[in-house]
Parts: sequence; C-alpha cells; structure tokens
Amino acid sequence: MSNQDHMEKQEFNFTVYTENHVGLLNRIATIFSRRKMNVESLNTSPSEIEGIHRFNIVIIETEEVVHKLAKQIEKQVEVLKVYYHTNKDVIWQEMALYKVPTDIIAEKALVERLLRENGARAVVIRKDYTVFETTGHREETDNLLKVLQSFELIEFVRSARIAIIKDSEGFNRKLREFEKAEPGNETIESRDLNTRNNVFSM
Amino acid sequence: MLTQEKLVPELLADKKTITGSEALIISLLNEGVDTIFGYPGGAIMPVYDALYDYMDRFNHVLVRHEQGGIHAGQGYARASGKVGVVFATSGPGATNLITGLADAQIDSTPLVCITGQVYAQLLGTDAFQEADVVSISAPVTKWNYQITDACEIPGVLAKAFYLAKSGRPGPVLIDITKNAQLQPFDCVAYKPCSHVRSYRPKPIIRKEYVAQAAELINQAKKPFVLWGQGVILGSAEQEFKAFIEKSGIPAAWTILGAGAIPSDHPQNVGMLGMHGNYGPNVLTNECDVLIAIGMRFDDRVTGRLDKYAKQAKVIHLDIDPSEIDKNVKTTVPVWGDCKETLPLLTALVEEKSHTEWLQKFNTYHQKEVEEVMQDELHPTSGEITMGEVMQQLNELTNGDAIIVSDVGQNQMVACRYAKLNHTRSNITSGGLGTMGFALPAAIGAKLGAPDRTVIAFAGDGGIQMTIQELGTIMQSDIDVKIVIVNNQFLGMVRQWQQLFHEKRYSFVDITSPDYVKVADGYGIPGKKVSERENLRNSLQEMLQHKGAYLLEVMVTKENNVFPMVPQGCSVSEIRLK
Repeated sequence: MSNQDHMEKQEFNFTVYTENHVGLLNRIATIFSRRKMNVESLNTSPSEIEGIHRFNIVIIETEEVVHKLAKQIEKQVEVLKVYYHTNKDVIWQEMALYKVPTDIIAEKALVERLLRENGARAVVIRKDYTVFETTGHREETDNLLKVLQSFELIEFVRSARIAIIKDSEGFNRKLREFEKAEPGNETIESRDLNTRNNVFSM
Repeated sequence: MLTQEKLVPELLADKKTITGSEALIISLLNEGVDTIFGYPGGAIMPVYDALYDYMDRFNHVLVRHEQGGIHAGQGYARASGKVGVVFATSGPGATNLITGLADAQIDSTPLVCITGQVYAQLLGTDAFQEADVVSISAPVTKWNYQITDACEIPGVLAKAFYLAKSGRPGPVLIDITKNAQLQPFDCVAYKPCSHVRSYRPKPIIRKEYVAQAAELINQAKKPFVLWGQGVILGSAEQEFKAFIEKSGIPAAWTILGAGAIPSDHPQNVGMLGMHGNYGPNVLTNECDVLIAIGMRFDDRVTGRLDKYAKQAKVIHLDIDPSEIDKNVKTTVPVWGDCKETLPLLTALVEEKSHTEWLQKFNTYHQKEVEEVMQDELHPTSGEITMGEVMQQLNELTNGDAIIVSDVGQNQMVACRYAKLNHTRSNITSGGLGTMGFALPAAIGAKLGAPDRTVIAFAGDGGIQMTIQELGTIMQSDIDVKIVIVNNQFLGMVRQWQQLFHEKRYSFVDITSPDYVKVADGYGIPGKKVSERENLRNSLQEMLQHKGAYLLEVMVTKENNVFPMVPQGCSVSEIRLK
C-alpha cells in the first residue's frame, strides 16, 4: 500500500472471526460508536466452520485508524481473528429486493430487457405485485432502484455487504492453531510484523 | 490456602446435587478467594443464603455502597496482586459498580464482580430492579457474561478468574439470574481454566525485535526508560531493576508504575507527565532512544503528541498488542510480558553507566528542588502545605506505608512526594481519575496487605464522595489511617480556573462537615490540625494509634501543584510556576 493510500479515507472491509456469543455484537459495535464512527455496513452469519461466526463490517476511514480498530476488535476475548482489506483486495456483493406493482411493470416496462440489463431476476410474480432481486456492487443495485422508482416501486431493501478475501486460505488451519494451549507464530499476522523491517533496520 | 483436592471430594461425598449459589461459593473457594466485598439485595439473596453456610471460610466485608465495594476490591487487588471479588445485587446494585469497573478497566485491575439478576423469565420485562447490566458494563469490562442456568456456573467462574488475572488484567462481571442461583444441579469437580481458544493472554515474543531493541540501546548516547504499571502487574520488579542497573539508563515512572523500584534508587529520576518532575519531562524531548516498559503513553504523560519525543527512536515493551503504535509510533515493538522480555533484553545490553546523561536529570532536579519543592515540602511560614504533610509522613513511616491517594491536587502531591520503598505501595485511580476512590480503596488495600500501614490521602472534595465507607471501617474494624488535606476548595479545578479561566472560580468553593465529629459518630477517633507546630505530633499520634484514625489537616487554600505541563502543550513546555 502506498503512503498516500495509507493516509486517505476509503472503504475498508473488516472480516472478523468470532465465537457465537450473546453480547459480542454489542462489544464490537461500541468499538466504533465510542469513537463516533459510523458503520457503513454490517453482516454477521455462521462461517464455514461450525460454531464460528463471521462478521463483515465496512467503514470509511484511513488505514492508520483501521489498523488500530482491528487491534481493538481483536482484543475482545471472544474474537479469534480480525482481517481488514481495501475493496480491491476482496470480492464483495450486496443483494437487493424490489417490490413493484405487477400491472404497472407489465404494462409500461420492457421487463425482460430491464432484468437482463440489470442482471436481475424475478423472485415472486403475483397478480398484485412482483419481487425482483439483484446482486452486485452498490452502483448496480442503485441502478435498478432508479429505474424502478418510475414504476411505482412499493418497497426496496438492500442487504449488508458480504466479502470474500481474495488472498486467503480460509480459517480452518488457523483455528486448529488457536485451539492449542500454546499457539505458535501462525496466530500472529499483523501489519507491524510484515512491514516493520522497512521501518527500522540497523 | 484451600486446595482443590481438599474441597472437591468433600463436596462430592456430601451431596452431588447443589444449588447454583452453592456452586458459586465453592467455585470461589477453589479459586482461593477468602475476601469478598459486597452488599446484599433481592436478586442476590440465594448467594448470600449459600454464603451463610460458609461464613468461616470468607471474610465478607459489608460495604456501605456498591461503589465503595468495588473500589475496595480494586484496592485489595492492587495491594495483594490477587483478584478482587465483589458482590452486588441487580439493578441499582449493579449500576453502582460501573464507575469502579471503568476504573479497573482503564487501570488493568483484576476483579471478578458477581451481580444478581432478576429471574430469567422476567428479563426484558422491566421487572423490579432489572437493569441490562451485561450491555451497560460491556465497554468497561474485559469480559462479562450472564448465567441463566446453574450448570454453567463452575465453568464460567473458572473462565472469569482466568481472564481477570491473565495477560493484561482487567475486570470481569458475571451476572447470574435468580433462578440459576436457586436451581439444583449435579455439580462436577471444579476445573480451573487455563486456555480459551479465542483469547491469547500473551503475544508471542519475537526475539529478533528484542535483538534490534538491544542494538538500539547499545548505540544510544542518551537512552531514557519510561516504566508503567506493567512492571508491577507482571511481577517483574526484579527483572526491571536488573535491566536498568546493567544498562545504566535513567528511568522515570507513570503514576501507576510508582514504587516498582524504590524512590531513592539512583537511577529513578522521577515522575512523568502533567505534574511530573522537571527533568523527565524536558529530557523526554532530548533523549535519543526512549524505552517504554509496560506503559501506554496516556495523554497526561505525553502532553502534545506531535511534539513528543520526535527526535527519539522508540522501543515499546507491552503485553497488549493494541497499545503498540496506539499513541506514539514505535520503532521497535517488543511484544510480551515484560517479566519474560526484560531478561532477554538485559542479556543483550551492554553494561554502561551514562553518568553525564544521568547528571543532566540531577541538574534539572536541583532546579525543581529550589523553585518548587523547597517551599512545598519545607515551608517555614504561612499555612501548612499538602507536600509538607506528605513529607512528614515519609519521615514518620520511613517510606514503608501504602499510600492510597484520591484524585486532584492531593493525588499529584501524594504521587510526586510519597517515598516508596516497596512495590504495590502507590494505589490511586490513574486512568479514570475517580474522586472518592481513596477511602474505600484503602479499606481493600489494608485487607490485601494486612501487615502494612495503609494511609488514605484525600482532599475535602473526594472524601465527601464516599465518606459513608467510614461505616465499613467501623463495622469491620479496619485499621486505615485517613488523612484529609482540606484546602476548602476543589483544588485542582480551582487551579485550572486560576491559570486558564482568568480566576473565574465557578463552583469550586466547597464546604466540609466537622470531620472529627463525623468520624466520632462512626466510633473512629480523629483530630483536626491547622498549626505547623502540631502537624508532626498529630501524624505521629495517628500512626501510633491502634486501629482506624482520621486526621484532618487544614492546608493553604490557594496553592497550586507545580511543575505543570498545561494541556495541549509539549512536555518541554513544562512550567515551574
């Protein structure tokens, strides 16, 4: 990451592996709220490993701040591991649902073209309303929203962002390491260690 | 100490099925707990009922307010190094703990607090004395947990003690619903906790960084050590002493680090920060290598950050990885418990003396003695000063007492001037700055270190915040010496109003009751002194008295604590007047 990236505010994606524990959401949320930081998006769901939860959190901040936040989150007893990445280091998606009156959409819109252009599909088609679904980046779900506004859109909802880390091997091996009484170097993974040599050398 | 082997068979032979409350008490015994500070109430009654059967195994101190209870728990933990245990009921009992939890969290004090909670089926119904304590206390606890099923009690308690005392210590709160306290269940043998997979108490030591740190130290011309409470929490006093004595580096302390090595150690150059000593502050901006050990660069220590030690390479030893680079950018981080990292470092550093550099600190010290300390510690006319009281106490106790200070001017004077020969002797609310801390914390300190003289050193503001704990002292017959330095003002706020708000004294004029009469009402002997010629005798009388004693000392009204690094200024802009 260049020095300029380091100082600039941008979207960062936290990936947090945690125990599934009542109250942990509150503890993580207050790490942001006590610093008066807005969470842009938050998703929590079971991970690929039974009993381990995965949070995806998006905030807009500088890398320096994000790095400190990651350490504060990781300090929570029930948090196993925190990673953070810029948008270019993750594959991410949001999903959106749109409910529109069936008669209007059927009458006025070229539905098939609309769906094709926006990579959307119809989830439910009833006499009174139709629900479309699309998945993509914010601009993509926004596009269809804009179009459907003119067709008397009844309801719209967008999910939190979910993100997969491009350069990762999953969490299984790491978890086995954590379960040992004396975790090895495997459990350490921090910016300090990877770049410290550049900062200081004798 | 009660051992597990002794307890568990006894439990299994007599009755396998016990209530959650009894399991709690047995868990505490298994953890070696013998002192509890608490206050009963509706939602924790089953626990107190179980405690009734074990009265001979515990010293339960009935406090007068839950805040007093938790500060006593803190004082106990800080003086003894053990985990402080506090009981409170649900709702107001639990919310009254919050200040103490925040204090213990920021000062890394190991506590296990047990709060009662309403029946599980009533949670969320706004039941009588229901408060969402787990949510409220989350930001001010290292860990917290609500138990609604008795079967969880032994396991959760084991985890609570492990988390409270391991790694960077901190407060843990366990909230137990009344149904879980009453519920009978088949208890199995108590297993202490030694591993939680999502929790790493100590980061792995990276020897290459220890080596880099040593190399930096060996090349340094003006190295400077800053140490904090980490040295005491890690029981690393000997390792620390060995390190500074071999490397010959001058060392200064944060207020929570005070006493880790004796005040009169030749390399102990004094206190850091806003009201710290002259040399350590000025020379922070002159050293070439800054070695921070178990301290966290609090803003009261650093002053203006962008003008803090910019010329220096920084080595930071800390057990908590989130402290590295948090406030001050580190050149070489040394993760780990300083009890383990310091010997590694000591082995690699060269034996040196840094005589000239140390002399610089002494020169600054001389200036501070002439311009500040002489008048503060040895005044010959005018009213008594706070520093003079501390100075007399030093002479009379020979520096062997535990000083529990409150917050404000009295705290700065106590920390600056107290002579400390032993570790765990300076107990004060450092991070949170909780007025009212001293009196209850002194109660705990005395129980945590019964063989030592414990002096609560408080102002007329702070003492009135928790003065009800005189009742605890009376009932539990606790030998605490209480010194109230009364300047008839909220002194530190007044000082700031004088210096930074054009002397607009806004609500800092505080009246006091007749403390001697108040103490008398609690059956505690006391005396008031305002004349210099009576001070020493009065202090002597207090110290020689068997049992608690209250001494009110009338001190000069508008004295200021100097030196001072005004807020927003660099440490090198420290003022002597």
